[in-house]
Amino acid sequence: MTGFIEVAGIASKITVQDLGRPGFTAMGLAPGGAADRRALWEAAALLDLPAPGAALEMPLAGGRFRLTAASRIALTGAPMRAYCEGRALAWNASHLIPAGALIEIGAAEAGVYGYLSLAGGIATPERLGARATLAAAGLGTVLAAGMRLPFAPDPAAETPSRCLPTPARFSGGTLRVIEGPQTAFFDPQTRARAFANTFAAGPANRQGLPLHHDGAPFQSRSAALLSDFITAGDIQITGAGMPVILLAECQSIGGYPRLGTVIPADLPIAAQARPGTPLRLLPISLEAAESASPPEPAQFAALRRSCTSLIRRPDDIPDLLGYQLISGVVRGDEEDGCGSI
Amino acid sequence: MMLAPEILPLGLDALLIRYATTFSERANRAAQALAARLEAAPLPGQTEVSAGLGSVLLRFDREATTRAALQAALQERLAAPPEPLPEPRHFLVPACFGDTAGPQLAEAAALAGRSETALVAELCATELHVLALGFAPGQPYLGMLPEHWQMPRMDRLTPRVEPGTITTAIRQIVLFAAPSPTGWRALGRCALRPFAPGAPNPFALRPGDRLRFTSASAPEIAALEAAGDPMGGTIRSFLK
Repeated sequence: MTGFIEVAGIASKITVQDLGRPGFTAMGLAPGGAADRRALWEAAALLDLPAPGAALEMPLAGGRFRLTAASRIALTGAPMRAYCEGRALAWNASHLIPAGALIEIGAAEAGVYGYLSLAGGIATPERLGARATLAAAGLGTVLAAGMRLPFAPDPAAETPSRCLPTPARFSGGTLRVIEGPQTAFFDPQTRARAFANTFAAGPANRQGLPLHHDGAPFQSRSAALLSDFITAGDIQITGAGMPVILLAECQSIGGYPRLGTVIPADLPIAAQARPGTPLRLLPISLEAAESASPPEPAQFAALRRSCTSLIRRPDDIPDLLGYQLISGVVRGDEEDGCGSI
Repeated sequence: MMLAPEILPLGLDALLIRYATTFSERANRAAQALAARLEAAPLPGQTEVSAGLGSVLLRFDREATTRAALQAALQERLAAPPEPLPEPRHFLVPACFGDTAGPQLAEAAALAGRSETALVAELCATELHVLALGFAPGQPYLGMLPEHWQMPRMDRLTPRVEPGTITTAIRQIVLFAAPSPTGWRALGRCALRPFAPGAPNPFALRPGDRLRFTSASAPEIAALEAAGDPMGGTIRSFLK
């Protein structure tokens, strides 16, 4: 049965995001989509789906939600405190939520973007082939208290809850960088200095993450460059000489020179960096990047293999009567793969 | 002579075919011609092709091809003799100029050394090319205007211009598609909305289109805006 997510309350600017709208760059529309794409693939693996659906992207804090129909959900990305009818829900896990139960998602304990995915996917209207939100262009859905968002029925509600190991992308680290079309506009000393530095993440949004450092600004040799195509991950150097890592909601073209491109596998680390998070840049070859950052479907296959069953005790389940009790939901004899509640 | 572009990596799933790093009409047309050829006959593994101001973005499916294979196929295509471009679409867009619709018209006219009337007449007589869409979805960069339109952006930003605002700098026109701050000088406004998110085809224009403004009164533009059609009275002309 098609259901609705009732938005009882929100604690941040929550948007509907999916994998974005590829194919419209010529029209000035960059693909956009989830800031942490990996979190959507993790949700698809946890929910045993062939590909990610549209989810709620929650920056720094979640909200309170009710489902009008029972469905499995997955909680991925920045770990947040989550409860169903007052009982704790494990993060990086899938859970069957009974109809009418209150889901409460609090503040992120680390990282920035948490995701609430539904097994059937959020079914808000598609525009240009996607549901992703680009608020500035009037595309997608920005949540407000009192809204009801449709979701498609859970294709396999009886699938047992699963979990994934906690990812290590919420506390900064090293971002691997490949050369881009404008790398040669920076002299070798400038590049070497960028790669020797430790940066602190500045205040970011879905468009970009500024990198702060104590030394001299970074300058390119080219003063007036023709605006050219941007890809998410590009490290743009602003007029003031500050690097900015462009994220999912970057524009399609831009006039600032770009030092290189953070590889897709490491971009979620940048998207999830709170102000002050330490970040370093490491140059790698295109060949090394191709093997370090396989196409998303290949990474997805590996994620599916990493999923394990989430051990649940019957008295942990908020409303046992709300479930269709099918053997397999609660076996209790699963291997403890990633720490159950 | 044909321009020989540089072929450069852009991320792991795209090539950038760059004809120029400063603006030239020749490079802009070469990029649009290559994009049109790749659209008409895609290379194996190609997922997206896009013409920019002086380059072409060629995105590919990493599971269907490799960068090396795509680059080889592209080289072959670049070596083949150019084919004629498809006929461009022509649009006539009613617009009003000066006053509250174009608060910087006087300043722009002074910089160009023309009267306001003469500057508007010159703009409306120029068949502008859509050089690229960008900055906001559907937002056209139009050009090129005569040499005396070579004026820098303003030092101070206008905090907000509305969709439909016609602005100029560096011999180009930007017709705003979304509310934005800008350093470009506002000359006037039209009822055409280059991006209409709810419309079946939200993009009014595409790279390579030709566009001319035709002078209308402020009340005429207001009436077209009130009618709510995002094309805003634009006429597609089939005359050459």
